[in-house]
Amino acid sequence: MYRTTEIVNQEEGQPLEDGDMIINVGPQHPATHGVLHLVITLNGETIKKVEPHLGYIHRSIEKMCESLSYRQFIYVTSRMDYLSAHINNHACALCVEKGLEVEIPPRAQVIRVLMDELTRIASHELWWGAMAMDLGAFTPFFYAFRERESINDIMEETCGARLTMNYNVPGGVMHDLHPNFQKRVKDFIQLYKKKIHEYDEMVTGNIIFQNRMKNVGVLSAADAISYGCTGPTARGSGVSCDVRKHFPYEIYNQISFDEVLETQGDSYARYLVRIKEMQQSIRIIEQLIDNIPEGDFLTKTKAVLKLPKGEFYSQVETARGELGVYIVSEGGSTPYRIKFRSPGFSNLSVLDHIARGSKIGDLVAMMGTLDLVIPDIDR
Amino acid sequence: MKFITKYIKEVWLAIKSLFVGMRRTGYYFTHHKEIITQEYPDNKDSLILPKRFKGEVVMPHNENNEHRCTGCQACEIACPNGSLKVVTEFNLLENGRKKKAIDKLVYHLELCTMCNLCVEACPSDAIIMDQTFEHSVFDRNELIKVLNKPGSKIMDGVE
Repeated sequence: MYRTTEIVNQEEGQPLEDGDMIINVGPQHPATHGVLHLVITLNGETIKKVEPHLGYIHRSIEKMCESLSYRQFIYVTSRMDYLSAHINNHACALCVEKGLEVEIPPRAQVIRVLMDELTRIASHELWWGAMAMDLGAFTPFFYAFRERESINDIMEETCGARLTMNYNVPGGVMHDLHPNFQKRVKDFIQLYKKKIHEYDEMVTGNIIFQNRMKNVGVLSAADAISYGCTGPTARGSGVSCDVRKHFPYEIYNQISFDEVLETQGDSYARYLVRIKEMQQSIRIIEQLIDNIPEGDFLTKTKAVLKLPKGEFYSQVETARGELGVYIVSEGGSTPYRIKFRSPGFSNLSVLDHIARGSKIGDLVAMMGTLDLVIPDIDR
Repeated sequence: MKFITKYIKEVWLAIKSLFVGMRRTGYYFTHHKEIITQEYPDNKDSLILPKRFKGEVVMPHNENNEHRCTGCQACEIACPNGSLKVVTEFNLLENGRKKKAIDKLVYHLELCTMCNLCVEACPSDAIIMDQTFEHSVFDRNELIKVLNKPGSKIMDGVE
């Protein structure tokens, strides 16, 4: 692996200087949250270059989808960004529905949005625990999992699975809500509100934590736009890019919630955005949980779905940023080409930019605030 | 002088914030009732999974060893990974006509991703999802299952 890196560096016209050192982090490394391989060029403790090597978990999901029907391909996308699996399925279902020109019943729309926000909270909870663990604090991980577990239980009861739900189908959702759903979600909101102060006590207010996050990995708004960052990574730099606000889908234009923006652009700003986003998700759930309209949860569609010839695009806001699904159809029962615009890839590409010049000890903290999910990057 | 005051203040804040965090940890250390951890293999008796939990595909039979599967192959078409294979046979009826029925419904558990699409596709509700989740075996061949029981027949009135 060392030799390969050397050749790459020479090709780019940056031969190693005296005292430079190359360190390989990963692909099997707990701090990279998956099989990400980082080739770091160091001078002493200062990072000169970070080069992510991808492809260790490439499963060619896009190509796989070309041989699956429009009903079948949705389940594969749960395996991309597995922490917001429901939102990925939502994006695909939206794109197919756009092609079929199917109206989704209002009950299904509300169910989808509720589940999306629950998934977002669960994803941010796990990020919060893993983020603290990246910095060496192990206890917050368990606190985060306590709340996340109650969301997983809700998911298990209604969708039938904890992580890869496959609850969205073209035309609506697979099952109706479980009779216990409303009660359990209300219980969760109560639990969450009772426990949220612990997050501030344990991590946010900690001086050591703040010193390691503030003015580290500063990403300017212009760079965030030019690298194509979306989601909390870009919103921490003050770039307003929430798809739910700018291109509202389902019923997001009828709900009142704030797009969380921080202007510092450092790791701490990105941290705060995610913490505040969880509270906004709670706000959305509180608005909807008592107002679930009665009616169908699924529009009947044909047994074999065929999209008309053309190109269809839909985008949603996952917990990590903007996920775009682009389908090219030739009129058959399987897509001709599918392209996923995953948020993780763009967010990872900014790592080299923000890490240059900082110390190696801060690299994992910066990576943590980008909230990378490697299967989402490789697909 | 300013530097020293700032330095002492920072140290004080750091110690204080540490103690705030430690107090939270100490709270749970002394309040055992708030611990929600369950120890998995020991709680098997009290572990009740929800009805909709997707564990594996099974075919329910009634007391006369009859199932509801007509052999229409809708599940096989709906399955994205080819986990289900329907092997059909033709039974000779009394009036001389042939009737399609299943010989075997082979289920590859090792390929299944529990997406529930086969259960949704089944027109006669012949297959359902079971709540079992411990699927590990020593031999891979044990994961290839035949869902209909030996000697089973189709239920009367299911078309």
